[in-house]
Amino acid sequence: MQPLVIIGAGLAGYTLAREWRKHDAHSPLTLVCADHGDFYAKPMLSNAFAQHKEPERLINAPAAQMAEQLGARLLSETRVEALDIAAQRITTAAGTLEYGALVLALGADPIRLPLAGDAAAAVLSVNDLDDYRRLRGLLKPAARVAILGGGLIGCEFANDFAGAGLAVTLLDPAPRPLASLAPAAVGERLAAALVAHGVDWRPGRALRAVEHAATGYRLTLDDGSELFADVVLSAVGLRPRTQLAQAAGLATARGIVVDGGLRSSAPAVYALGDCAEIEGRVRAYVMPIMQTARALAQTLAGTPSHVAFPPMPVVVKTPACPIVVEPPAAGLAVDWRYEELAGGLIARGVAADGTLAGFALAGSGVVGQRNALVKALGAPV
Amino acid sequence: MKVWQCVVCGYIYDEASGDPEHGIAPGTAWEDVPDDWCCPDCGVSKADFEMVEV
Repeated sequence: MQPLVIIGAGLAGYTLAREWRKHDAHSPLTLVCADHGDFYAKPMLSNAFAQHKEPERLINAPAAQMAEQLGARLLSETRVEALDIAAQRITTAAGTLEYGALVLALGADPIRLPLAGDAAAAVLSVNDLDDYRRLRGLLKPAARVAILGGGLIGCEFANDFAGAGLAVTLLDPAPRPLASLAPAAVGERLAAALVAHGVDWRPGRALRAVEHAATGYRLTLDDGSELFADVVLSAVGLRPRTQLAQAAGLATARGIVVDGGLRSSAPAVYALGDCAEIEGRVRAYVMPIMQTARALAQTLAGTPSHVAFPPMPVVVKTPACPIVVEPPAAGLAVDWRYEELAGGLIARGVAADGTLAGFALAGSGVVGQRNALVKALGAPV
Repeated sequence: MKVWQCVVCGYIYDEASGDPEHGIAPGTAWEDVPDDWCCPDCGVSKADFEMVEV
């Protein structure tokens, strides 16, 4: 029997392996990954600094322990070079492997902005533990850090570093943070909290050029102004890794195209996690991976299953102003209604028919209302 | 009373506070949290919840 082969040992790959082992304890399983294969808590990369957690402490289980727990053959530091769909075989730097079923859990690459200047290549992105180790090595006490992108990750890093006493500047072309995720007043609330926390927040500003300075870097912004930083961190988003699938002739769009059963356009090939476009949507963050892995594990164990996504509120771990957002369905026009409480701000997204289509909570005194609001989704406001 | 942390997302389960939003009363010991409870932040199920004592 040819093994189930999973390419990728991030949260998606490992979660799928664990879920599948609940159904099938004995069939052969092989995981192939380009990095070390240690299992670590990726969402904690943007929260570990102020807690004085060293990168090594984010590793929950080293690769060898994961392989043993999962009863898997783990090929780490092994890059996959090609998929041969017809022969049900993959080619790696270490040779070829045949598969019974293949799961692509390849993840995504950080988007790199085109920047001018002789130090443009010094701009860091943090997308895995190795990146994070590099970043941490550069964060000396009182370091000046410029962060590009006021989305979830940029805001979490800004809060984390400012909380630890670093001098943080946060830039975004949008007028407020979380502009694509949360309603305006919630973004404004977070901006005010970050500023009160010591973050130099620069709305409506983009970075144009990065040059070496006497110490650190000189950054030129789109209004001609300059600022100096020791570390420049880009957090402007991710692009699903589709190259391997595309080269093998699989259908790809923004991500690797799969249906609700996580089936790609090729037989016995599936995809999940940040590389997948599931029924037309690339779904970010952790919660969809859990749902998807459970459905795919059932399918691979012989019970074809369709993934169902319950409401999955997004948690923004910014202690200065904790936020939870359940965005309304894409393209749905809602009227945001705000309720100001002592502990924070509640935003309700009301659809044209008067029902609750989404919500956002800002402040430590209101994020506890998440469950009550999830239950109220779809009901008249 | 102990404090546990979700190793995937960092969510803190404090036995003293419980998770009243999801029906877990304050003072509920980790072993008494039902098996179908999931991490409220990331959805990891208790069965694989590799919480670490902090």
